[in-house]
Amino acid sequence: MGNIWIVTKREFASFFATPVAYVFIAIFLMLSGIFTFFIGNLYERGQADLIPFFNFHPWLYLFLVPAIAMRSWAEERKSGSIELLMTLPISAAEAVLGKFIAAWLVLGLALALTFPLWLSVDFLGEPDHGIIVAAYIGSWLMAGAFLAISTCMSAFTRNQVVAFILAVVVCFLFVVSGSSIVLDAFQPWAGNLILDTVASFSFLSHFEAMAKGVLALNDVGYFFIIMVVWLYASLIVIEQKKAD
Amino acid sequence: MISVKNLSKFYDHFKAVDNLSFDIAPGNIVGFLGPNGAGKSTTMKMLTGFLPPSEGEIFIKERSIDSDAKAIQRDIGYLPEGAPAYGDMTVWQFLHFIADVRRLKGAHRKERLYDVIHRVELGDVLNRPIDNLSKGFKRRVGLAQAILHDPDILILDEPTDGLDPNQKHHVRQLIEDLSREKIVIISTHILEEVAAVCNRVMIIADGQLRFDDTPEVLRHRSRFCNAVSLRLSYAADISGLAELDGVDEMEIDRKTGLVTLFPEPGKHIFHAINEYVTQRRLPVDTLTLETGRLDEVFRDITTAEVANG
Ligand SMILES: Nc1ncnc2c1ncn2[C@@H]1O[C@H](COP(=O)(O)OP(=O)(O)OP(=O)(O)O)[C@@H](O)[C@H]1O
Ligand SMILES: [Mg+2]
Repeated sequence: MGNIWIVTKREFASFFATPVAYVFIAIFLMLSGIFTFFIGNLYERGQADLIPFFNFHPWLYLFLVPAIAMRSWAEERKSGSIELLMTLPISAAEAVLGKFIAAWLVLGLALALTFPLWLSVDFLGEPDHGIIVAAYIGSWLMAGAFLAISTCMSAFTRNQVVAFILAVVVCFLFVVSGSSIVLDAFQPWAGNLILDTVASFSFLSHFEAMAKGVLALNDVGYFFIIMVVWLYASLIVIEQKKAD
Repeated sequence: MISVKNLSKFYDHFKAVDNLSFDIAPGNIVGFLGPNGAGKSTTMKMLTGFLPPSEGEIFIKERSIDSDAKAIQRDIGYLPEGAPAYGDMTVWQFLHFIADVRRLKGAHRKERLYDVIHRVELGDVLNRPIDNLSKGFKRRVGLAQAILHDPDILILDEPTDGLDPNQKHHVRQLIEDLSREKIVIISTHILEEVAAVCNRVMIIADGQLRFDDTPEVLRHRSRFCNAVSLRLSYAADISGLAELDGVDEMEIDRKTGLVTLFPEPGKHIFHAINEYVTQRRLPVDTLTLETGRLDEVFRDITTAEVANG
């Protein structure tokens, strides 16, 4: 436990020692503002909620989370510091978790800094705060799922660009597997069971209810399982390939 | 106590380390020598638990590296090749991170940090990001990191590479200052360094152990060991020197004019030669007792033995 925290602390500080965290947060805030107001028409809808804001999150995360995670292991390998890290009395699992938590906290911070949006809908109407809190939590969970996938891709390579592209591609598959385009493509030949299975892997379908403020056990559980599975995969990749 | 049995490492089908077996006891300061690509770093990576061995076993303090890697790593200080560190941190932050990991607390932590910073002279660069440091300073940071918790076992991969002569001297001093109960393994390409600080030399080539003994024994393998060389100020008849008791052979380097007299095995010829030179009033400028040429022995061991190795 202590080791995880030590790694988290170091990683978190290193996000802020380099411009990574600042750039990430600035861009996240900018894009979420643009999406929400210009494309989501938050005010014109005349409803006191943040649903348009949250609906764009999967698409925002699709590019931004791989960008923040691409460094985590690729850089470690490139600079050789992985050899230092892995020969300190810290287990690989602790290192994976520590790094993951640090990046997840940065994502949480970016999310928290969107609070002016919340204030403005509160000012304009009477939103259900419970729903908004739930949606924030849901969004953060989904960000964690994106992050776990991106971490694993970063573990695969010493090249950050490759890590980024792989992560975007895999995340994209998870996002769109529930969209009508993909499902329509499966429709003609696949049975309902396959269709449902494919759709059930989608971030979109699991996040749909969350964006509306419903934290159903199966959705929460889904994102947790995604995180656990991909972090475990990262661990295996790192242990197998750490010296390459 | 480190005990290595039949250790091998394959990278795909390439055998980087080939059936190494050795024991290292407390108090041993081992110089790990070998040509580029011999497998020194690979062996160290296995000793520190970074790479799993392909074959063979490693026991450190009676614990197997397979099952007890974390406990073993607590007892080891390791400077990996190239001294990697977290470049975006300052030296101060980095050392504190290592102190956290090593669970140093309170007064003891302060004392260790102070001691290490003082020993490797990092005081002036404490607040600089490691990325901005020169190569030698990076190496020193890596060294500081390795000795911070005062480990029983110190494994240093080319610790003096890139250091200036003063710092090289410091590092040797530092290793000599370590308590007699510790194990130190250093790899280096500087043969004189081994003679200066180590009490045991291991030479590997092509992944195999070629030599494992003290630096003196290594020196004695040189035919120059106890040879006497002299230089004349002008030409004179020195053929009588070759006839002296115990002198095996005389060689004259035509380019430099250096005369070298080789003794028969086990014989000491310096005094006899000295006396002869004085009696005959030979015009001798310099008269030196050779201590053995390590580079030559190194070359012999790492190349010639390929055939019968
Ligand atoms: N990750 C790797 N994949 C494939 N081959 C490797 C890898 N690491 C090392 N090797 C090979 O293993 C052999 C031993 O390498 P090692 O780094 O142990 O040599 P060394 O004795 O430390 O050499 P140097 O004096 O140059 O540091 C070399 O031939 C090297 O090319
Ligand atoms: Mg090496």
